[in-house]
Formats: sequence, C-alpha cells, structure tokens
Amino acid sequence: MSTDVKTHEQRTSANGIKLPIYMDNHATTPMDPRVLEEMLPYFMEKFGNAASRNHPFGWAAEEAVELGRERIAKLIGATTKEIIFTSGATESDNLAIKGVAEMYREKGNHIITAVTEHKAVLDTCKRLEKYGYRVTYLPVQKDGLVDLDDLKRAIDDKTILVTIMAANNEIGVLQPWREIGKLCRERGVLFHTDGVQAVGKVPIDVTKDNIDLMSITAHKIYGPKGVGALYVRRKNPRVQVSPIIDGGGHERGMRSGTLNVPGIVGLGKACAIATEDMAQESCKLAGLRNRLKDKIMGRLDEVYINGTMEHRLPGNLNISFAYVEGESLLMGINDIAVSSGSACTSATLEPSYVLKALGTGDDLAHSSIRFGIGRFNTEAEVDYVADRVCETVERLRELSPLYEMAKEGVDLKSVKWAAESH
Amino acid sequence: MAYSDKVLDHYSNPRNVGSLDKASTDVGTGLVGAPECGDVMKLQIKVNPDTNVIEDAKFKTFGCGSAIASSSLATEWVKGKTVDEALSIKNMDIVKELALPPVKIHCSVLAEDAIRAAISDWKKKQESTKPAEVSAK
Repeated sequence: MSTDVKTHEQRTSANGIKLPIYMDNHATTPMDPRVLEEMLPYFMEKFGNAASRNHPFGWAAEEAVELGRERIAKLIGATTKEIIFTSGATESDNLAIKGVAEMYREKGNHIITAVTEHKAVLDTCKRLEKYGYRVTYLPVQKDGLVDLDDLKRAIDDKTILVTIMAANNEIGVLQPWREIGKLCRERGVLFHTDGVQAVGKVPIDVTKDNIDLMSITAHKIYGPKGVGALYVRRKNPRVQVSPIIDGGGHERGMRSGTLNVPGIVGLGKACAIATEDMAQESCKLAGLRNRLKDKIMGRLDEVYINGTMEHRLPGNLNISFAYVEGESLLMGINDIAVSSGSACTSATLEPSYVLKALGTGDDLAHSSIRFGIGRFNTEAEVDYVADRVCETVERLRELSPLYEMAKEGVDLKSVKWAAESH
Repeated sequence: MAYSDKVLDHYSNPRNVGSLDKASTDVGTGLVGAPECGDVMKLQIKVNPDTNVIEDAKFKTFGCGSAIASSSLATEWVKGKTVDEALSIKNMDIVKELALPPVKIHCSVLAEDAIRAAISDWKKKQESTKPAEVSAK
C-alpha cells in the first residue's frame, strides 16, 4: 500500500474530518482508551509474574489474569479453565491444529478446512501434509460460504478435525459455524474455528454452537497486539492438544511461557466491552456500512460486492470497481486507509486467493477494495470516504482503456490479449 | 511502498491522456497487457507521413500507479522523436527516470512493449496502404 510519508501526517479536511481516516479494521483496530487505562498499572506497579505463587506481586498478577480469563469466557460462553493464553491468533491456530493432529494421531490423520481460510490455518495444514496428514480443502460457493453437503461428504473415518473460520478476514462472510458444529458433533469429529474476526462482533457461543476449539486475538477487538487465546473444550468431549511450545508447563501444560499480564488484562477488558456493547455496536456498524454501500452504488455503475451480504460482519464491505486497478485506486485515496485484493498490494504479486475462490475473475480481484468499518468511525467519515472513492474511480475510469472499450461495446472476455511479459 | 515524486506527479497529472482515431492511416495503436494480470496499456502515436516524426501521442492505462506513470512518461518521450528514435527507448530508461523499485520493473517493460506495438501497428498500415497509393497515382 502507498505509504508516502505525507500520509503519515495528521491533516484536517475542509469539513473538519481528521485525515488520514482509518477504515481497515479487519487488519487491526485502534485500542479503546478504556482498555489501555486498565492495562497501564500492569507494566510498572503491578509487574509481577502470574506464576509467582509466594508473594503479593505474583498474586496481583494472577488475579488480573484470572479476571481476564473470566471476561473472555463470558463473551464466548465458555468456562475459565477452557481459556489458554497465547501470543495471538496465528499461534492459537497453530496450537489448535498441530496440537490436535499430534494428540489424536492414533485416531486418524485427516483434517478438513476450506480454501478461503487465513494463511495461519492453510499453511499449518500444508505443513502437516508434509508429515503424512491428509488435508481436504473445501471449495466455497459464489457467495463465499462452504456447502454443508460438501463437508458431510468430506468427513470419513480417519477425520480428526474440521477447521473452518467463523468470519472471513477479506470478505467478512460468516460461515454457518453452528451447523458445522452440529455436524461435527454428530460425526464425532473435533471442530476448530478461527474466531478472530467474529468474536466480539457477532454472537458466538462455544457451548450452544458445539465449538471445540476457537482462536481469538485482542487486536481485532480494540485490544493490544501480541496477545490472544485459544478456547479448548474441557468436557463433552474433553479436548486435549499437544503443546507446540515446551517449557515451564504454564496454561495447564498446553502453552508454556510467562504470561503477558498487561496484554491479558487488555484482552479481558476488550472482551468485557464487547459483551456489553456488541448488540448496539453491530447495529451502528451495519448502518454505516450500508450507508457507504448505498452511496457508492448509487453513484457508480459496474461495481460488484464480493461475498454474500446476508451473512456478513456488520462492518465489512468488499467491493470490486470494474476497469480500475486496486493499487491505483488506493493511491488516489491515500488519505484513507483501506486494503485491496490487487496483486500489486500483496507480497506475492498474486491477486487475492479468497476472491479467486469465489469465482471472481482475476480482473475483478485486482479491482477490489476492502473497507473495514470500526468502533471509532463516524457518519461524516463514511460520507467523505464514499465521495473520495467515487471521484477517484471516475477519474481512473477516464484513464482506463478497458472502460473505454467496454463503453464502445467491446466484449473484454473475447479480446485476445497480448502475451504477458511477466 | 513509497512512490517516487515523479511517479506521484504522473499519477496525479497524467500527460497525454486520451485516444486518437485508430482507423487513421497516420495513427499506430499498441494495446498490451491483460486485465487478469492487473495491467493493460493502450498507447497511440500519430506520425507525420513525410518526416516519420511522432507528432502526437496519447495513452490510457488500467494498472497501478507505476504503470500509469510509465505510460504517461512514454507518451512524453516519444513525442517529437522519429519512429526509429522512439524504438531506442528502453524500459530501463523509464525505470531510472521514475525510480521504480524492482517489483515495478514489469510496468516499464509493458510501456516499452506499448511503444513497440504502436509503432509496429503504424508500420503495418504503411505497408498495406503504400501499394494502394501507388496505383491511385
């Protein structure tokens, strides 16, 4: 993404909006000041090690950690002993998948996931394939959702784990995790879900939804970076994971390492706020998101929404602007922080694999923008963003040979494009 | 990644945006790249039939900022050059001028391809129209 130095300076727009505007809340969220406030004492005054059992410094830290556990458990319908603290969601995904794979190796060697999962899940599964595990990567439908019949058919007597995310980080679609949980329970297969984008945004209850393992991170819910958790079910069934980090046997042997006390305090507070405010906040976010969508679609032709609008995170909007390349669009709106599925914005120079999995053509994948609206975005910001995006798309379409050809009635699919040099 | 000031300038104020009449015998059109790859450039030149000097050039580009800048710069550079002089423009000249990073070198390659494609289209037109002109005389 464009990170011209000038964009790092705070500016103010004509109508008093602070620039740049942050609308990339699926990447990370700013910390809520209430979260920071609770964390601060745990850096200096209450710096103890939660594993120190014989003095007040340790007790204070332990108490804080246990409150964090309670607050997380409350948000997701778990009990405190089912929360294992980690360094974040990537570690949680690794621990869940590798930990189950090793622990249940005698029962089977088959894992099921979906092609639109986060790389923390996909690459973990790929590594397990090297160690002799069999992995089924389920396709998704045009709307981004897994077909439950596909899942049913994929489960066999060697299947030990199904890992399918609750909400997708690019297109925000909500997989039918309750139905998946029910199916897995019926077939005696463990169900892990990467809950990073969904927890705190939409109701998710590990007990009602038959979830056996769930990855959580603090920095997507207005908490600090570098701290997360893995929910591991304790009964019906009792789930065990082999540790991937060995050491002092913290977190009931599942995750060694001194606990990140301030981080855990922050994660806990972020969960407590979410428990309190989620219902109201999701209405506000959906309202802002729909306002953005309506403004853009009301002004521009040939814009396409990626993924179902029906089952979707309230703050997510992922749109392809036909005939305009994503990176050039980002460059034109450099006072707004969003992200694109364009190859030019990725390290791999490949367009988004998530959009490709939906059957979106590469041309439209290159043209996609992900808007992630969050707690601190305002209606005025949404209006500003809509205007800036529309202006820039219009300007770039004037510059686009594809738009010109389409307007002349040329069918772009039938054009024989010159061989690529890269 | 950070863009150079020159890329930003061409992106914000692209030179010679537009289209020439592709049916005209004096106009050569180059269309290179593919939408699936994320960049398509259309570069057109208008050549003086007596002097072979490129009198006008226009472009339209679908692509990243560096692709837009590369094609904008290409139109600036070909204008006023003869067709043969224009063929001597190399992609690395564009890389140097715009300070493109390694991942954006393909944008400059595409711009060079576009110049060549436009000239080759114009040359083809000259070959196919010359016999007709002779017989008309």
